[in-house]
Amino acid sequence: MTSSRKSTLLHLGVLALLVVLFFVLPPYHAGNLSRIMVLAIYAMGYNLLFGYTGLLSLGHAMFFAAGMYGFGLTLNLGGWPVPLAFVAGVVCAGALALVIGLLALRTAGVAFMIVTLMFAQTGYLVVLYFGTYTRGDEGFVIQQAQRMLGGFDLTSETGRYVTALILFAICFLGLARLVQTPFGRTLVAIRENEERTRMLGYDAGSHKLRALIISGAVSGVAGAAYALLFGYVGATFATVQYSIFPLLWVLLGGAGTTIGPLIGVFFMFYLIDTSSTYTNAYMLIAGVVLVLLTVFAPQGLAGELRKRVFKWLP
Amino acid sequence: MEFGPHLMLASLEGAVIAAILSLTAMGLSIVFGVMRVVNVAHGEFFMLGAVLAWYVTSALGGHPALGFVAALLIVPVLVAAIAATADRLILKRINYDADRTIVGTIGILYIIQQTTLMTFGPDARPVEAPFNTRLSLPWFEFGENGFAMFWPWGLSTTSYKLFVIAAAVVILLGLWMVITRTKIGLVMRATQQDSEMAQAFGVPVGTVYSLVFGLGAGLAALGAVLVVPIQQAHYLMGHDPLLLSFIVVIIGGLGSLPGTIVAAILIGMSDGIISVFFSPTIAKIIATLLVAMVLVFRPQGLLGKTAP
Amino acid sequence: MAAVSILETRGLTKAYGGVLANSDVNFKLAKGKVTALIGPNGAGKSTFVGMVSGRTEATSGQVFFEGQDISHLPAHKRMQLGLAYTFQITSIFPGLSVHENVALAARRKLGKNPEALEAKVQAVLTRVGIADRAEQIAGDLSYGHQRILEIAMGLAQDPHVFILDEPTQGLAESEVDDFIKLVRSLAGETTILLIEHNMKVVMETADFITVLDQGMVLAEGTPAEIHANADVQAAYLGSTPHA
Repeated sequence: MTSSRKSTLLHLGVLALLVVLFFVLPPYHAGNLSRIMVLAIYAMGYNLLFGYTGLLSLGHAMFFAAGMYGFGLTLNLGGWPVPLAFVAGVVCAGALALVIGLLALRTAGVAFMIVTLMFAQTGYLVVLYFGTYTRGDEGFVIQQAQRMLGGFDLTSETGRYVTALILFAICFLGLARLVQTPFGRTLVAIRENEERTRMLGYDAGSHKLRALIISGAVSGVAGAAYALLFGYVGATFATVQYSIFPLLWVLLGGAGTTIGPLIGVFFMFYLIDTSSTYTNAYMLIAGVVLVLLTVFAPQGLAGELRKRVFKWLP
Repeated sequence: MEFGPHLMLASLEGAVIAAILSLTAMGLSIVFGVMRVVNVAHGEFFMLGAVLAWYVTSALGGHPALGFVAALLIVPVLVAAIAATADRLILKRINYDADRTIVGTIGILYIIQQTTLMTFGPDARPVEAPFNTRLSLPWFEFGENGFAMFWPWGLSTTSYKLFVIAAAVVILLGLWMVITRTKIGLVMRATQQDSEMAQAFGVPVGTVYSLVFGLGAGLAALGAVLVVPIQQAHYLMGHDPLLLSFIVVIIGGLGSLPGTIVAAILIGMSDGIISVFFSPTIAKIIATLLVAMVLVFRPQGLLGKTAP
Repeated sequence: MAAVSILETRGLTKAYGGVLANSDVNFKLAKGKVTALIGPNGAGKSTFVGMVSGRTEATSGQVFFEGQDISHLPAHKRMQLGLAYTFQITSIFPGLSVHENVALAARRKLGKNPEALEAKVQAVLTRVGIADRAEQIAGDLSYGHQRILEIAMGLAQDPHVFILDEPTQGLAESEVDDFIKLVRSLAGETTILLIEHNMKVVMETADFITVLDQGMVLAEGTPAEIHANADVQAAYLGSTPHA
């Protein structure tokens, strides 16, 4: 079996598994899985930039939040219908990524990390500053009645799971396909040796900008989906913590793999879920995992699997 | 209060902020200058300084000055030791690789912060200042009798705050003397210039790195011990100093010590003044945007030598 | 030189602070021939080639490629016009397979046609002799093989001008001989600009030689002419001050 056939089977298999799990799992865990899938979209968006292109951003929360607020504000304050508001969220995130990219991509390495962190911080502070509209840290709720799509209630467990799964599937398959295209391969080349890539005739700057825009837009999809399915918009999602999370998830699951993000979110979610029953210092787990990962297994779970066993893993 | 006195008050507050900030930022700058790594956990070492100072002063009891002096001597060294251990255990293993160090220090950030949450708790706890007399400050005006001084109500500072400013100056001078006049300082500067060459000359680069990492953390902790009688100790108090230190070091130029001091004074004073006259949020927005723009358009900062 | 010039520089100069690495270099590269650029250490060869390829920004002067002024084009655009470049210190994709390394080089032109791409990769790998290593990780190859891989990457682009910066440095004797054979086989197909220290390679492959010394052109001509040139001998044997 060729590598690409194995990959296709793997990807479809994951989706099939997610469908099956809905029928098999008790409601609490099914609800968790809805959340996990939405956050996995965020992780996949981040993975495109970090895992494939090699750019470590510490400010992705601003794209997630742009999607979330773009959706939430147009819906609540503007009275837009759900699909349009959703698109507004994604467009906001993508547009923000374009602007940030034009500035931040003039830097590299550590400077890029700090610049993205600073822009994200600014974003968070701006959200707080315009608290009259955004309700700041407290956030606002999106009424159940509004979260319907053509009569289909998106707040029920089924509604949530199905919507999350559909959105996840689109992003999952779409991104898996993208990284196989010449564009995707060039991103990997940039990660491996940017100067060499330039000297092969590729416009590295343009590639990085496009990667950032897609990455930001996908993060925005996750943000808008989160608001839509869980009914809450708040400034916490724009804080540094929400920029660290996707880095953590992707590192844990395996940067530069297609299934890594989902695995990373899944593990981290349950790790934190379990430990928060014991202590409110559950981020300690996050800290320990980050240190262990970076010292012993920088490839992450799927990455180590790919290195040692399944060399074809996409 | 009229504008003049209000400005003076804001400036004094700014000066205190600048004093602490210059110590904290200096720690971050030295670590980057010599080791070429960005320590994201730097703010947590600051917080540890404050929290441990609380433990020391509570344990000792008696006159606050006693506890305070003990804290001033013990805590920075303790925090430096913790940092040096982190360097040995973690940073050395990953060979100071830029990406992995950022991730690793983020991990250390959460470990320190959350452990403090679990032991110290979520509340803010005060530490009493060793001395704290209120000093009214004069303002002047040109009245019918010519130049006259008066003491506006509300325009005051405390002897302790003045002490903090003085202490910071003294410590920075001491640091400058150590770096430029002593053998240890020479070794540090040599390692910064060319670590391979230094190693060839028998300089134990690994040990120097641990020492420098410890020094950076110790300076932050020192700043925290000085500020805790004014601010209170809280497990989240590392966040703002981290951000401000980043801003200072980048604007001043990563690796440039005089640049760090100039930037600290600039940022500290502006933060104080803008916070008093406008809102703290606006001050922070301006500061964070400024850092980003400086990095994008003038990466060497105002006085820096090497681009990051 | 009566040949057609495919690449030309006029007054190309590079100054670092007060130091002139290259000074007013007027150079013509003959189409379809192998031209070697030689000179003592510090003569400014790599700087010159850096300016031609676009890696280094010239202080003044112009670069013409196939009649077009490319002086203000960024490196990647120059490569798109038909230049290819191998680095003095091997620069490949060490984490990727040999196959993917070459595929990346060819994909810019052949990305839309997977069969043509695959055929090209196989052809190039076979030509340079590393087809059996296609699935190996490039970083695991010996230094000599990595250098050959880099040349393969250049060939995969079907360049009009192929710039090779000290390609035989670090190669074993037999590998050098293979390289000479490869360059000879490319004669007429593409134009080659070769920076070299290895005089054997230069004498056995070059149609023309340009000698740089202290950032300026010292002499130009056929290998025989250069061999007999007294100034060149002086520059190499050191009666001029060390550059």
